[in-house]
Amino acid sequence: MKAFTTLHTRFVPINIENIDTDQIIPARFLKATTKEGFGKNLFRDWRYYNDDESKTRADFPLNMSQFDGEILVAGKNFGCGSSREHAAWAIADHGFRVVVSSFFADIFRNNALNNGLLPVQVSDAFLQRIFLQDNNTELTVDLDKQTITINSTGEQEHFDINSYKKTCLLNSYDDIDFLISIKEEIQEFETQRA
Amino acid sequence: MKCATQGTIIVVQVTENKNKMPKTLFEKIWDKHIVQTIDDGPSVLYIDRHFIHEVTSPQAFTGLNKRGIKVLRPQQTIATADHNVPTFDQHLPIKEELSRLQVEVLKKNCAEHGIELYGLGHPFQGIVHVIGPELGITQPGMTIVCGDSHTSTHGAFGAIAFGIGTSEVEMVFASQCLLQSKPAQMRINVDGVLNKGVVSKDIVLYILSKITASGATGYAVEFAGSAIRALSMEARMTICNMSIEMGGRCGLIAPDETTFDYIKGREFAPVGETWEQKLAGWKKLYSDSDAVFDKEIFIKAEDIEPMITYGTNPGMGIGVTEKIPTTETINENDRSGLSKSLAYMGLQQGVAIKGQKIDYVFIGSCTNSRIEDLRMVASFIKGKHKADDVEVWIVPGSKQVEAMAIEEGIDKIFKEAGFVLRQPGCSACLGMNEDKIPAGKYCISTSNRNFEGRQGAGARTLLASPLTAAAAAITGFVTDVRELFN
Ligand code: SF4
Repeated sequence: MKAFTTLHTRFVPINIENIDTDQIIPARFLKATTKEGFGKNLFRDWRYYNDDESKTRADFPLNMSQFDGEILVAGKNFGCGSSREHAAWAIADHGFRVVVSSFFADIFRNNALNNGLLPVQVSDAFLQRIFLQDNNTELTVDLDKQTITINSTGEQEHFDINSYKKTCLLNSYDDIDFLISIKEEIQEFETQRA
Repeated sequence: MKCATQGTIIVVQVTENKNKMPKTLFEKIWDKHIVQTIDDGPSVLYIDRHFIHEVTSPQAFTGLNKRGIKVLRPQQTIATADHNVPTFDQHLPIKEELSRLQVEVLKKNCAEHGIELYGLGHPFQGIVHVIGPELGITQPGMTIVCGDSHTSTHGAFGAIAFGIGTSEVEMVFASQCLLQSKPAQMRINVDGVLNKGVVSKDIVLYILSKITASGATGYAVEFAGSAIRALSMEARMTICNMSIEMGGRCGLIAPDETTFDYIKGREFAPVGETWEQKLAGWKKLYSDSDAVFDKEIFIKAEDIEPMITYGTNPGMGIGVTEKIPTTETINENDRSGLSKSLAYMGLQQGVAIKGQKIDYVFIGSCTNSRIEDLRMVASFIKGKHKADDVEVWIVPGSKQVEAMAIEEGIDKIFKEAGFVLRQPGCSACLGMNEDKIPAGKYCISTSNRNFEGRQGAGARTLLASPLTAAAAAITGFVTDVRELFN
């Protein structure tokens, strides 16, 4: 997992609420047995008509050349539905490092964090402010300070993340290493409850 | 190896003096499974049972292999193939190459790590959330996880059961533990007596229509009240199954005599003295009368009528006699998405849902594919025949359900009615195999998700109970099942 400190880039806005993981990566692409290559099918059925790569939907932000950047900004309750981590893999594989929304579904939030993709939860009002910006606006996300800033206007909001996860992301530590490191405690717990 | 203990993280042991405080059912189970708690961070939660399937496990096994380690507790891990298997000719090799590969990889991984696999052809094979309970593997007081969001189903037994991502599957493989933050506590009370034609699926669709698809995000949800107590175990599973559709971290119901009767005598249920010991512990699993919930909701069973969804999230549901909401009448959560949803569904605001033409009926999925569901449908359709232009698929949740249906002669009733009984699997619930609903077609489905494209690209899903789905199969339209009762 890559460490995350700060990021400033432009953003891609998808102003839709309740985006579920079936939209992020449809089930028919879950037949792979590796983690790579999901990015090209990110939002597949919103990007193309009839599953045909030559028929792009001109009005979908990922297809619009004026939008670019490593931050995806989406409506509230992002990532609801299926627990498929393939959704986080697809977003990261496409090149995003941050997802901003006013609400994240629990499982998606964990999946994102486990892949070094930072979910930044902002207020509804701040989210709407971001959507109002023009496509050249850059956002700055500072994990250490836990802030997100709209660079052109200076508007800023604080976001929450538990300090354990923050330390992990800043240093690219990973939960599995941690859990393996406490194997003795786990075995002792098992013995005690037996 | 780097790990968080080398950073600024302090681990604190859970103190024992919590015992006197009133606790919710969730808290009683949670506290018993905490190995340690990280200061201002998650807890290390011990996992009793880990279910795996072919779609979300391969990358986790690869992760283990890269680290050169084995599954720590293979005997607490149970595998099946369900998401990506055909529901026809299961005795033949899987035709679709990627699907076959995925199932083969599961087989190989299970063999290498010593995990019991109930794969295709095994008499215990089936949808992971159907087989766990029916084999008696799922028991009260347990922590249960699976790389599938509907793991919440197992909560019906008074267990903490939730879906996880593939990185977390790898964590459980490696350590039999997960890092988890304790969710807030919610209780949904359903009291009173259900109306005729109203079943547990209607209860949960009703709750969803009231609290919306994100109404329980961040909460563990306990379902309580006299209407819940009166339900069978299978009906309770239907409710807990869909707690994830409200965003709930998990759903659970306190175990009682109904629970104990269901478990007793099942394949992996405890026996003899162990049974008595376990039972004594299970009887203590309930929320204390003075336990504190962060949120509590009260629902009258009498207010619920047969439900159906019209939109593209499970919270977009109405009573079958109601009209599709308008921008003015809909809840705030779904307002901005209403037009997009209805455009996808090809439906209009303010129009009655009853009478909407249906092309397909799918009775199956981990929500409603158990023997009681099949019996309910069979007794309702006996002597009736499906409408000519409707295709009806019945997909049993497991080999055991299929065997029971055949033994009870239910398969013949289906056949006479023109319903097709297929073989067990997830099937058209997520359309990963060939069982897809064609674009633009309407499917009334007993599954749990009506998302765009869920049952196939462009497919239009209306979620309902097995009874309401069966009624539509007979008439070819969305129908109020109560009008067809003799
Ligand atoms: S039946 Fe549907 S919801 Fe249930 S486990 Fe299978 S795919 Fe998931």
